[in-house]
Amino acid sequence: MNRFHACLALALPALLAATPAAAQDPNAARNMVANCANCHGTNGKAAPGFAMATIAGDSKESLVQRMKEFRAGSRPATVMHQIAKGYTDEQIDLIAGYLAAQQK
Amino acid sequence: MFNRRDFLKAAGASAGIVTLAGCAGSSSGKASGHVVVVGGGYGGATAAKYLRMWSNGSVEVTLIERNSEFISCPISNLVIAGEKTLADITVSYEGLKKWGVRVIHDEVTGIDAEKRKIRLAKHGELGYDRAVLSPGVDFMWDAVPGLKSADAQAKILHAWKAGPQTVALRKQLEDMKDGGVYALCVPKAPYRCPPGPYERASMIAHYFKTKKPKSKVLVLDANEDVTSKKGLFVKAWQDLYKGILEYRPNSELRDVDVASRTAILEFDKVKADVLNVVPPHRAGTLVVQSGVKLANNRWAEVDWTSMESVSAKGIHILGDSTLSAPLMPKSGFMANQHGKTAAAAILNLLAGDAPSTDVMMTNTCYSFVDGQNAIHVASVHKYDTEKKTMIVVPGASGVSSARNEAEAAYAKGWAKNIWADMLT
Repeated sequence: MNRFHACLALALPALLAATPAAAQDPNAARNMVANCANCHGTNGKAAPGFAMATIAGDSKESLVQRMKEFRAGSRPATVMHQIAKGYTDEQIDLIAGYLAAQQK
Repeated sequence: MFNRRDFLKAAGASAGIVTLAGCAGSSSGKASGHVVVVGGGYGGATAAKYLRMWSNGSVEVTLIERNSEFISCPISNLVIAGEKTLADITVSYEGLKKWGVRVIHDEVTGIDAEKRKIRLAKHGELGYDRAVLSPGVDFMWDAVPGLKSADAQAKILHAWKAGPQTVALRKQLEDMKDGGVYALCVPKAPYRCPPGPYERASMIAHYFKTKKPKSKVLVLDANEDVTSKKGLFVKAWQDLYKGILEYRPNSELRDVDVASRTAILEFDKVKADVLNVVPPHRAGTLVVQSGVKLANNRWAEVDWTSMESVSAKGIHILGDSTLSAPLMPKSGFMANQHGKTAAAAILNLLAGDAPSTDVMMTNTCYSFVDGQNAIHVASVHKYDTEKKTMIVVPGASGVSSARNEAEAAYAKGWAKNIWADMLT
Protein backbone atom coordinates (compact mmCIF):
# COMPACT_ATOMS: atom_id res chain seq x y z
CA MET A 1 0.00 0.00 0.00
CA ASN A 2 1.34 3.35 -0.99
CA ARG A 3 1.43 5.55 2.08
CA PHE A 4 1.64 8.77 0.10
CA HIS A 5 -1.54 7.99 -1.77
CA ALA A 6 -3.34 7.00 1.41
CA CYS A 7 -2.42 10.34 2.96
CA LEU A 8 -3.47 12.20 -0.14
CA ALA A 9 -6.84 10.53 0.00
CA LEU A 10 -7.31 11.62 3.61
CA ALA A 11 -6.19 15.17 3.06
CA LEU A 12 -7.75 15.97 -0.28
CA PRO A 13 -11.05 14.19 -0.79
CA ALA A 14 -12.29 17.00 -3.02
CA LEU A 15 -9.30 16.67 -5.32
CA LEU A 16 -9.71 12.90 -5.32
CA ALA A 17 -13.32 13.24 -6.37
CA ALA A 18 -12.43 15.69 -9.10
CA THR A 19 -9.64 13.56 -10.59
CA PRO A 20 -10.56 9.97 -9.85
CA ALA A 21 -8.41 8.40 -12.54
CA ALA A 22 -5.27 10.09 -11.29
CA ALA A 23 -5.46 8.81 -7.73
CA GLN A 24 -5.00 5.26 -6.45
CA ASP A 25 -7.81 4.11 -4.18
CA PRO A 26 -6.13 3.27 -0.85
CA ASN A 27 -8.60 0.39 -0.43
CA ALA A 28 -8.14 -1.04 -3.93
CA ALA A 29 -6.39 -4.21 -2.73
CA ARG A 30 -8.95 -4.89 0.01
CA ASN A 31 -11.84 -4.30 -2.39
CA MET A 32 -10.44 -6.51 -5.15
CA VAL A 33 -9.70 -9.35 -2.72
CA ALA A 34 -13.43 -9.19 -1.92
CA ASN A 35 -13.97 -10.33 -5.53
CA CYS A 36 -12.03 -13.53 -4.73
CA ALA A 37 -14.02 -14.18 -1.56
CA ASN A 38 -17.17 -15.47 -3.26
CA CYS A 39 -15.35 -18.68 -4.17
CA HIS A 40 -12.21 -18.64 -2.01
CA GLY A 41 -13.75 -17.38 1.26
CA THR A 42 -13.57 -14.05 3.08
CA ASN A 43 -10.03 -12.66 2.72
CA GLY A 44 -9.10 -15.83 0.83
CA LYS A 45 -9.82 -18.32 3.60
CA ALA A 46 -11.93 -21.11 2.07
CA ALA A 47 -14.34 -23.45 3.84
CA PRO A 48 -12.43 -26.61 4.78
CA GLY A 49 -13.30 -29.85 3.01
CA PHE A 50 -14.43 -28.35 -0.30
CA ALA A 51 -12.76 -28.05 -3.68
CA MET A 52 -11.73 -24.39 -3.58
CA ALA A 53 -8.20 -23.56 -2.45
CA THR A 54 -7.47 -21.30 0.50
CA ILE A 55 -5.36 -18.50 -0.95
CA ALA A 56 -4.92 -16.51 2.27
CA GLY A 57 -1.35 -16.48 3.54
CA ASP A 58 0.24 -17.83 0.36
CA SER A 59 3.41 -16.08 -0.68
CA LYS A 60 2.97 -13.03 -2.85
CA GLU A 61 5.37 -14.40 -5.47
CA SER A 62 3.45 -17.66 -5.77
CA LEU A 63 0.07 -15.88 -6.07
CA VAL A 64 1.38 -13.48 -8.71
CA GLN A 65 2.92 -16.34 -10.66
CA ARG A 66 -0.28 -18.43 -10.60
CA MET A 67 -2.47 -15.52 -11.67
CA LYS A 68 -0.14 -14.70 -14.55
CA GLU A 69 -0.02 -18.34 -15.64
CA PHE A 70 -3.83 -18.51 -15.52
CA ARG A 71 -3.99 -15.34 -17.56
CA ALA A 72 -1.52 -16.64 -20.14
CA GLY A 73 -3.39 -19.96 -20.36
CA SER A 74 -0.31 -21.97 -19.34
CA ARG A 75 -1.83 -23.25 -16.09
CA PRO A 76 -4.72 -25.76 -16.20
CA ALA A 77 -7.99 -24.16 -15.11
CA THR A 78 -11.77 -24.45 -15.31
CA VAL A 79 -12.60 -20.77 -14.68
CA MET A 80 -9.50 -18.91 -13.46
CA HIS A 81 -8.06 -18.49 -16.96
CA GLN A 82 -11.14 -16.38 -17.77
CA ILE A 83 -11.21 -14.41 -14.51
CA ALA A 84 -7.45 -13.71 -14.43
CA LYS A 85 -7.77 -11.90 -17.76
CA GLY A 86 -9.86 -9.25 -16.00
CA TYR A 87 -6.94 -7.95 -13.93
CA THR A 88 -3.83 -5.94 -14.85
CA ASP A 89 -0.31 -6.68 -13.58
CA GLU A 90 -0.65 -3.84 -11.09
CA GLN A 91 -3.99 -5.17 -9.81
CA ILE A 92 -2.62 -8.71 -9.49
CA ASP A 93 0.29 -7.32 -7.49
CA LEU A 94 -2.08 -5.54 -5.10
CA ILE A 95 -4.34 -8.59 -4.69
CA ALA A 96 -1.40 -10.92 -4.07
CA GLY A 97 0.16 -8.56 -1.53
CA TYR A 98 -3.08 -8.28 0.43
CA LEU A 99 -3.71 -12.04 0.41
CA ALA A 100 -0.12 -12.79 1.43
CA ALA A 101 -0.62 -10.63 4.53
CA GLN A 102 -3.67 -12.64 5.66
CA GLN A 103 -3.49 -15.51 8.15
CA LYS A 104 -3.81 -18.96 6.61
CA MET B 1 -38.24 1.65 18.87
CA PHE B 2 -34.50 1.16 18.92
CA ASN B 3 -32.16 3.96 19.75
CA ARG B 4 -28.44 4.30 19.42
CA ARG B 5 -27.73 3.25 23.01
CA ASP B 6 -29.71 0.02 22.64
CA PHE B 7 -27.82 -0.69 19.50
CA LEU B 8 -24.43 -0.14 21.10
CA LYS B 9 -25.38 -2.46 23.96
CA ALA B 10 -26.32 -5.20 21.51
CA ALA B 11 -23.25 -4.65 19.37
CA GLY B 12 -20.95 -4.41 22.38
CA ALA B 13 -21.86 -7.92 23.51
CA SER B 14 -20.02 -9.32 20.54
CA ALA B 15 -17.33 -6.68 20.20
CA GLY B 16 -14.63 -9.19 21.06
CA ILE B 17 -15.16 -10.96 17.78
CA VAL B 18 -15.15 -7.83 15.70
CA THR B 19 -11.45 -7.09 15.92
CA LEU B 20 -9.06 -6.32 13.17
CA ALA B 21 -10.13 -9.03 10.76
CA GLY B 22 -9.02 -7.89 7.35
CA CYS B 23 -7.76 -4.54 8.58
CA ALA B 24 -4.64 -4.43 6.43
CA GLY B 25 -5.04 -1.57 4.01
CA SER B 26 -8.48 -0.68 5.32
CA SER B 27 -9.97 2.81 5.08
CA SER B 28 -9.22 5.74 7.33
CA GLY B 29 -11.22 4.15 10.15
CA LYS B 30 -13.03 7.32 11.00
CA ALA B 31 -16.29 6.24 9.39
CA SER B 32 -19.17 6.32 11.83
CA GLY B 33 -22.92 6.36 11.66
CA HIS B 34 -25.87 3.99 11.36
CA VAL B 35 -26.61 1.96 8.25
CA VAL B 36 -29.92 0.13 7.92
CA VAL B 37 -29.86 -2.77 5.47
CA VAL B 38 -33.20 -4.15 4.31
CA GLY B 39 -33.16 -7.70 2.96
CA GLY B 40 -30.75 -10.38 4.17
CA GLY B 41 -30.09 -12.21 0.92
CA TYR B 42 -26.93 -12.36 -1.17
CA GLY B 43 -26.70 -8.57 -1.43
CA GLY B 44 -27.91 -7.29 1.93
CA ALA B 45 -26.27 -9.86 4.20
CA THR B 46 -22.94 -9.27 2.44
CA ALA B 47 -23.25 -5.50 2.80
CA ALA B 48 -24.09 -5.84 6.51
CA LYS B 49 -21.11 -8.08 7.26
CA TYR B 50 -18.60 -6.10 5.21
CA LEU B 51 -19.71 -2.77 6.71
CA ARG B 52 -18.93 -4.18 10.15
CA MET B 53 -15.76 -5.99 9.10
CA TRP B 54 -14.21 -3.18 7.09
CA SER B 55 -15.11 -0.47 9.64
CA ASN B 56 -13.66 -2.59 12.46
CA GLY B 57 -17.00 -2.19 14.16
CA SER B 58 -17.12 1.62 14.04
CA VAL B 59 -20.27 1.73 11.91
CA GLU B 60 -23.56 0.54 13.39
CA VAL B 61 -25.46 -1.84 11.16
CA THR B 62 -29.07 -2.98 11.49
CA LEU B 63 -30.36 -5.68 9.14
CA ILE B 64 -34.11 -5.97 8.60
CA GLU B 65 -35.13 -9.39 7.26
CA ARG B 66 -38.60 -10.90 7.17
CA ASN B 67 -37.49 -14.54 7.23
CA SER B 68 -35.98 -16.22 10.27
CA GLU B 69 -33.30 -18.02 8.24
CA PHE B 70 -31.52 -17.51 4.93
CA ILE B 71 -32.55 -19.98 2.22
CA SER B 72 -30.46 -19.97 -0.96
CA CYS B 73 -31.89 -19.79 -4.47
CA PRO B 74 -28.63 -21.10 -5.96
CA ILE B 75 -28.54 -24.89 -5.33
CA SER B 76 -32.35 -24.90 -4.80
CA ASN B 77 -32.80 -26.67 -8.16
CA LEU B 78 -30.99 -29.62 -6.57
CA VAL B 79 -33.63 -29.68 -3.83
CA ILE B 80 -36.37 -29.65 -6.48
CA ALA B 81 -34.62 -32.56 -8.22
CA GLY B 82 -34.33 -34.53 -4.95
CA GLU B 83 -30.53 -34.36 -4.77
CA LYS B 84 -30.44 -32.04 -1.72
CA THR B 85 -32.79 -31.05 1.11
CA LEU B 86 -33.99 -27.59 2.17
CA ALA B 87 -31.77 -27.91 5.26
CA ASP B 88 -28.74 -28.15 2.96
CA ILE B 89 -29.46 -24.68 1.53
CA THR B 90 -30.52 -23.00 4.80
CA VAL B 91 -28.15 -20.84 6.87
CA SER B 92 -28.79 -19.07 10.18
CA TYR B 93 -28.42 -15.31 10.74
CA GLU B 94 -26.55 -15.96 14.03
CA GLY B 95 -23.18 -15.48 12.31
CA LEU B 96 -24.04 -11.90 11.39
CA LYS B 97 -24.93 -11.16 15.02
CA LYS B 98 -21.39 -12.21 15.94
CA TRP B 99 -20.13 -9.45 13.66
CA GLY B 100 -22.22 -7.01 15.71
CA VAL B 101 -24.99 -6.69 13.14
CA ARG B 102 -28.32 -6.05 14.83
CA VAL B 103 -30.74 -8.42 13.08
CA ILE B 104 -34.44 -7.55 13.28
CA HIS B 105 -36.97 -9.93 11.78
CA ASP B 106 -39.72 -7.63 10.59
CA GLU B 107 -41.33 -6.02 7.54
CA VAL B 108 -40.60 -2.51 6.31
CA THR B 109 -43.81 -0.51 5.86
CA GLY B 110 -42.31 2.77 4.64
CA ILE B 111 -39.18 4.78 3.93
CA ASP B 112 -38.86 8.53 4.38
CA ALA B 113 -35.80 9.42 2.32
CA GLU B 114 -36.06 13.09 3.32
CA LYS B 115 -35.96 12.44 7.07
CA ARG B 116 -33.86 9.27 6.64
CA LYS B 117 -36.26 7.07 8.56
CA ILE B 118 -37.51 3.53 7.97
CA ARG B 119 -40.82 2.42 9.46
CA LEU B 120 -41.25 -1.19 10.53
CA ALA B 121 -44.47 -3.15 11.02
CA LYS B 122 -43.67 -4.24 14.59
CA HIS B 123 -40.57 -2.36 15.73
CA GLY B 124 -41.45 1.31 15.20
CA GLU B 125 -39.14 3.69 13.37
CA LEU B 126 -35.42 3.51 12.71
CA GLY B 127 -33.27 6.48 11.76
CA TYR B 128 -30.37 5.96 9.37
CA ASP B 129 -27.43 7.78 7.85
CA ARG B 130 -27.43 5.43 4.87
CA ALA B 131 -30.04 2.86 3.83
CA VAL B 132 -29.27 -0.23 1.76
CA LEU B 133 -32.23 -1.87 0.04
CA SER B 134 -31.74 -5.41 -1.21
CA PRO B 135 -35.21 -6.94 -1.51
CA GLY B 136 -34.61 -9.04 -4.62
CA VAL B 137 -37.48 -9.26 -7.07
CA ASP B 138 -41.24 -9.37 -6.95
CA PHE B 139 -43.50 -10.83 -9.61
CA MET B 140 -45.66 -8.92 -12.10
CA TRP B 141 -48.82 -10.94 -11.59
CA ASP B 142 -50.73 -8.67 -13.97
CA ALA B 143 -48.84 -10.43 -16.76
CA VAL B 144 -50.48 -13.74 -15.75
CA PRO B 145 -54.02 -12.75 -14.68
CA GLY B 146 -55.08 -16.28 -13.72
CA LEU B 147 -52.38 -16.38 -11.06
CA LYS B 148 -53.30 -13.19 -9.22
CA SER B 149 -54.97 -14.91 -6.27
CA ALA B 150 -53.07 -16.50 -3.40
CA ASP B 151 -55.07 -19.66 -3.97
CA ALA B 152 -53.91 -19.88 -7.60
CA GLN B 153 -50.32 -19.15 -6.59
CA ALA B 154 -50.44 -22.03 -4.13
CA LYS B 155 -51.37 -24.44 -6.94
CA ILE B 156 -49.26 -23.18 -9.84
CA LEU B 157 -45.84 -22.59 -8.31
CA HIS B 158 -42.93 -20.37 -9.32
CA ALA B 159 -40.34 -21.75 -6.87
CA TRP B 160 -38.22 -18.76 -8.01
CA LYS B 161 -37.71 -17.68 -4.41
CA ALA B 162 -36.27 -20.51 -2.36
CA GLY B 163 -38.26 -21.74 0.63
CA PRO B 164 -41.74 -23.26 0.97
CA GLN B 165 -42.29 -23.05 -2.81
CA THR B 166 -39.12 -25.10 -3.40
CA VAL B 167 -40.42 -27.89 -1.16
CA ALA B 168 -43.92 -27.68 -2.64
CA LEU B 169 -42.64 -28.05 -6.21
CA ARG B 170 -40.58 -31.07 -5.16
CA LYS B 171 -43.75 -32.57 -3.67
CA GLN B 172 -45.73 -31.96 -6.89
CA LEU B 173 -43.02 -33.75 -8.88
CA GLU B 174 -42.94 -36.68 -6.44
CA ASP B 175 -46.73 -36.96 -6.58
CA MET B 176 -46.84 -36.84 -10.38
CA LYS B 177 -47.50 -40.17 -12.08
CA ASP B 178 -44.80 -41.66 -14.30
CA GLY B 179 -45.72 -40.63 -17.83
CA GLY B 180 -46.72 -37.12 -16.77
CA VAL B 181 -45.59 -33.79 -18.21
CA TYR B 182 -43.75 -31.10 -16.27
CA ALA B 183 -43.87 -27.71 -18.06
CA LEU B 184 -41.74 -24.71 -17.12
CA CYS B 185 -42.68 -21.23 -18.35
CA VAL B 186 -39.64 -18.94 -18.61
CA PRO B 187 -40.20 -15.15 -18.69
CA LYS B 188 -38.54 -12.77 -21.11
CA ALA B 189 -35.12 -11.54 -20.02
CA PRO B 190 -34.11 -9.79 -17.84
CA TYR B 191 -35.06 -12.08 -14.98
CA ARG B 192 -33.33 -13.45 -11.87
CA CYS B 193 -30.65 -16.08 -12.63
CA PRO B 194 -30.43 -16.33 -16.44
CA PRO B 195 -29.29 -20.00 -16.56
CA GLY B 196 -31.63 -21.02 -13.70
CA PRO B 197 -34.59 -22.20 -15.80
CA TYR B 198 -32.38 -24.36 -18.00
CA GLU B 199 -30.64 -25.86 -14.98
CA ARG B 200 -34.04 -26.61 -13.46
CA ALA B 201 -35.29 -28.25 -16.65
CA SER B 202 -32.08 -30.32 -16.86
CA MET B 203 -32.22 -31.44 -13.23
CA ILE B 204 -35.89 -32.39 -13.41
CA ALA B 205 -35.15 -34.32 -16.63
CA HIS B 206 -32.37 -36.07 -14.70
CA TYR B 207 -34.88 -36.98 -11.96
CA PHE B 208 -37.37 -38.29 -14.51
CA LYS B 209 -34.70 -40.25 -16.38
CA THR B 210 -33.64 -42.06 -13.22
CA LYS B 211 -37.01 -42.34 -11.37
CA LYS B 212 -39.93 -41.70 -13.77
CA PRO B 213 -38.58 -42.59 -17.24
CA LYS B 214 -41.88 -42.22 -19.13
CA SER B 215 -42.27 -38.58 -18.03
CA LYS B 216 -41.45 -35.46 -20.03
CA VAL B 217 -40.02 -31.98 -19.40
CA LEU B 218 -41.33 -29.17 -21.58
CA VAL B 219 -39.62 -25.77 -21.53
CA LEU B 220 -41.90 -22.95 -22.76
CA ASP B 221 -39.49 -20.07 -23.17
CA ALA B 222 -40.73 -16.52 -23.85
CA ASN B 223 -37.26 -15.76 -25.22
CA GLU B 224 -36.27 -16.52 -28.79
CA ASP B 225 -33.49 -18.81 -27.63
CA VAL B 226 -31.75 -20.20 -24.55
CA THR B 227 -30.50 -17.03 -22.82
CA SER B 228 -27.41 -18.42 -21.02
CA LYS B 229 -24.77 -21.12 -21.68
CA LYS B 230 -26.79 -22.10 -24.75
CA GLY B 231 -24.33 -24.48 -26.40
CA LEU B 232 -23.64 -26.34 -23.17
CA PHE B 233 -27.30 -26.75 -22.22
CA VAL B 234 -28.37 -27.79 -25.72
CA LYS B 235 -25.56 -30.36 -25.85
CA ALA B 236 -26.56 -31.76 -22.45
CA TRP B 237 -30.17 -32.05 -23.60
CA GLN B 238 -29.14 -33.88 -26.79
CA ASP B 239 -26.66 -36.18 -25.03
CA LEU B 240 -28.58 -36.90 -21.83
CA TYR B 241 -32.27 -36.14 -22.26
CA LYS B 242 -33.25 -36.96 -25.83
CA GLY B 243 -36.93 -37.85 -25.87
CA ILE B 244 -37.35 -36.53 -22.32
CA LEU B 245 -36.75 -32.78 -22.57
CA GLU B 246 -38.35 -30.61 -25.25
CA TYR B 247 -37.43 -26.93 -25.68
CA ARG B 248 -39.87 -24.48 -27.32
CA PRO B 249 -38.62 -20.91 -27.92
CA ASN B 250 -40.87 -17.86 -28.54
CA SER B 251 -43.51 -19.30 -26.22
CA GLU B 252 -44.54 -16.33 -24.15
CA LEU B 253 -47.16 -17.08 -21.53
CA ARG B 254 -50.39 -15.03 -21.78
CA ASP B 255 -52.38 -16.61 -19.00
CA VAL B 256 -52.95 -19.79 -17.03
CA ASP B 257 -56.03 -21.92 -16.47
CA VAL B 258 -55.34 -23.03 -12.95
CA ALA B 259 -57.94 -25.81 -12.65
CA SER B 260 -56.68 -27.68 -15.72
CA ARG B 261 -53.01 -26.64 -15.22
CA THR B 262 -52.95 -25.20 -18.73
CA ALA B 263 -50.44 -22.66 -19.99
CA ILE B 264 -52.16 -20.31 -22.46
CA LEU B 265 -49.72 -19.08 -25.12
CA GLU B 266 -50.43 -16.77 -28.03
CA PHE B 267 -51.23 -19.55 -30.52
CA ASP B 268 -51.31 -22.63 -28.36
CA LYS B 269 -52.53 -24.13 -25.10
CA VAL B 270 -50.34 -26.58 -23.22
CA LYS B 271 -51.74 -28.77 -20.45
CA ALA B 272 -49.29 -30.14 -17.91
CA ASP B 273 -49.42 -32.43 -14.92
CA VAL B 274 -47.06 -30.11 -13.07
CA LEU B 275 -47.12 -26.53 -14.36
CA ASN B 276 -44.31 -24.29 -13.07
CA VAL B 277 -44.69 -20.62 -14.01
CA VAL B 278 -41.93 -18.07 -13.44
CA PRO B 279 -43.74 -14.77 -14.04
CA PRO B 280 -41.92 -11.67 -15.30
CA HIS B 281 -40.40 -9.74 -12.42
CA ARG B 282 -39.40 -6.27 -11.36
CA ALA B 283 -37.51 -4.71 -8.46
CA GLY B 284 -38.77 -5.76 -5.05
CA THR B 285 -41.90 -3.91 -3.91
CA LEU B 286 -39.91 -2.10 -1.23
CA VAL B 287 -37.75 -0.48 -3.91
CA VAL B 288 -40.72 0.33 -6.13
CA GLN B 289 -42.61 1.95 -3.24
CA SER B 290 -39.57 3.89 -2.01
CA GLY B 291 -39.99 6.26 -4.96
CA VAL B 292 -36.47 5.86 -6.36
CA LYS B 293 -35.99 6.29 -10.09
CA LEU B 294 -36.90 3.16 -12.02
CA ALA B 295 -36.16 2.24 -15.62
CA ASN B 296 -39.18 0.90 -17.54
CA ASN B 297 -41.07 1.12 -14.26
CA ARG B 298 -39.21 -2.06 -13.22
CA TRP B 299 -35.55 -1.70 -12.20
CA ALA B 300 -33.71 0.81 -10.02
CA GLU B 301 -31.01 2.93 -11.67
CA VAL B 302 -27.87 3.16 -9.55
CA ASP B 303 -24.49 4.86 -9.57
CA TRP B 304 -22.17 1.87 -9.93
CA THR B 305 -19.41 3.42 -7.85
CA SER B 306 -21.64 3.43 -4.76
CA MET B 307 -24.82 1.50 -5.64
CA GLU B 308 -26.67 4.68 -4.57
CA SER B 309 -29.94 5.43 -6.34
CA VAL B 310 -29.44 8.03 -9.07
CA SER B 311 -32.42 9.93 -7.68
CA ALA B 312 -32.66 9.30 -3.91
CA LYS B 313 -29.63 10.38 -1.89
CA GLY B 314 -28.72 8.09 0.98
CA ILE B 315 -30.51 5.06 -0.50
CA HIS B 316 -28.30 2.33 -1.95
CA ILE B 317 -29.87 -0.52 -3.93
CA LEU B 318 -28.32 -3.93 -4.52
CA GLY B 319 -28.77 -7.08 -6.52
CA ASP B 320 -31.66 -8.17 -8.69
CA SER B 321 -33.59 -4.93 -8.07
CA THR B 322 -31.05 -2.89 -10.05
CA LEU B 323 -31.14 -2.01 -13.72
CA SER B 324 -28.30 -4.33 -14.67
CA ALA B 325 -25.19 -2.96 -16.37
CA PRO B 326 -24.48 -4.41 -19.85
CA LEU B 327 -23.85 -8.19 -19.70
CA MET B 328 -24.25 -8.20 -15.92
CA PRO B 329 -26.52 -11.03 -14.79
CA LYS B 330 -29.08 -10.87 -12.02
CA SER B 331 -27.25 -13.42 -9.86
CA GLY B 332 -26.55 -14.04 -6.19
CA PHE B 333 -22.84 -13.80 -6.94
CA MET B 334 -23.32 -10.37 -8.48
CA ALA B 335 -25.53 -9.21 -5.59
CA ASN B 336 -22.73 -10.19 -3.19
CA GLN B 337 -20.34 -8.04 -5.23
CA HIS B 338 -22.83 -5.15 -5.19
CA GLY B 339 -22.96 -5.49 -1.38
CA LYS B 340 -19.18 -5.09 -1.12
CA THR B 341 -19.09 -2.13 -3.50
CA ALA B 342 -21.85 -0.46 -1.47
CA ALA B 343 -20.05 -1.22 1.81
CA ALA B 344 -16.77 0.29 0.56
CA ALA B 345 -18.54 3.38 -0.82
CA ILE B 346 -20.64 3.91 2.30
CA LEU B 347 -17.57 3.73 4.55
CA ASN B 348 -15.91 6.37 2.36
CA LEU B 349 -19.03 8.55 2.44
CA LEU B 350 -19.43 8.22 6.21
CA ALA B 351 -15.79 9.29 6.56
CA GLY B 352 -16.33 12.30 4.31
CA ASP B 353 -14.55 10.83 1.28
CA ALA B 354 -15.91 10.28 -2.23
CA PRO B 355 -16.57 6.69 -3.33
CA SER B 356 -13.73 5.18 -5.34
CA THR B 357 -14.17 4.81 -9.07
CA ASP B 358 -11.79 1.81 -9.10
CA VAL B 359 -14.70 -0.63 -8.93
CA MET B 360 -14.14 -4.24 -10.00
CA MET B 361 -16.73 -7.03 -9.84
CA THR B 362 -16.56 -10.67 -10.86
CA ASN B 363 -19.25 -13.21 -11.55
CA THR B 364 -19.29 -16.98 -11.85
CA CYS B 365 -22.58 -18.85 -12.22
CA TYR B 366 -22.46 -22.63 -12.01
CA SER B 367 -25.33 -24.78 -13.29
CA PHE B 368 -25.82 -28.50 -12.81
CA VAL B 369 -26.93 -30.48 -15.86
CA ASP B 370 -27.24 -33.80 -14.03
CA GLY B 371 -26.30 -35.27 -10.63
CA GLN B 372 -22.57 -35.25 -11.35
CA ASN B 373 -21.80 -32.58 -13.94
CA ALA B 374 -21.86 -28.81 -13.96
CA ILE B 375 -21.05 -25.93 -16.31
CA HIS B 376 -20.24 -22.26 -15.68
CA VAL B 377 -20.34 -18.79 -17.16
CA ALA B 378 -17.89 -16.21 -15.78
CA SER B 379 -17.07 -12.54 -16.34
CA VAL B 380 -15.05 -9.71 -14.82
CA HIS B 381 -16.58 -6.22 -14.82
CA LYS B 382 -14.94 -2.86 -14.22
CA TYR B 383 -16.27 0.67 -13.85
CA ASP B 384 -15.83 2.77 -16.98
CA THR B 385 -15.50 6.41 -15.95
CA GLU B 386 -16.53 7.69 -19.38
CA LYS B 387 -19.53 5.43 -19.90
CA LYS B 388 -20.42 5.70 -16.20
CA THR B 389 -21.36 2.04 -16.03
CA MET B 390 -19.78 -1.37 -15.43
CA ILE B 391 -18.38 -3.00 -18.55
CA VAL B 392 -16.95 -6.48 -19.08
CA VAL B 393 -13.14 -6.32 -19.25
CA PRO B 394 -12.34 -7.31 -22.86
CA GLY B 395 -11.43 -11.01 -23.00
CA ALA B 396 -12.35 -11.65 -19.38
CA SER B 397 -15.41 -13.83 -19.81
CA GLY B 398 -16.32 -17.29 -20.95
CA VAL B 399 -18.04 -20.59 -20.31
CA SER B 400 -16.94 -24.18 -19.60
CA SER B 401 -15.31 -26.02 -22.50
CA ALA B 402 -17.63 -28.96 -21.72
CA ARG B 403 -19.76 -30.17 -18.82
CA ASN B 404 -17.55 -31.81 -16.21
CA GLU B 405 -17.47 -33.35 -12.75
CA ALA B 406 -14.79 -31.01 -11.37
CA GLU B 407 -17.12 -28.05 -11.72
CA ALA B 408 -19.89 -29.88 -9.86
CA ALA B 409 -17.47 -30.03 -6.91
CA TYR B 410 -16.56 -26.38 -7.43
CA ALA B 411 -20.24 -25.42 -7.55
CA LYS B 412 -20.83 -27.05 -4.17
CA GLY B 413 -17.68 -25.46 -2.73
CA TRP B 414 -18.71 -22.09 -4.16
CA ALA B 415 -22.04 -22.29 -2.33
CA LYS B 416 -20.38 -23.08 1.02
CA ASN B 417 -17.87 -20.27 0.58
CA ILE B 418 -20.29 -17.58 -0.52
CA TRP B 419 -22.74 -18.44 2.27
CA ALA B 420 -19.87 -18.13 4.74
CA ASP B 421 -18.71 -14.91 3.07
CA MET B 422 -22.19 -13.39 3.57
CA LEU B 423 -23.28 -14.84 6.86
CA THR B 424 -20.38 -15.91 9.09
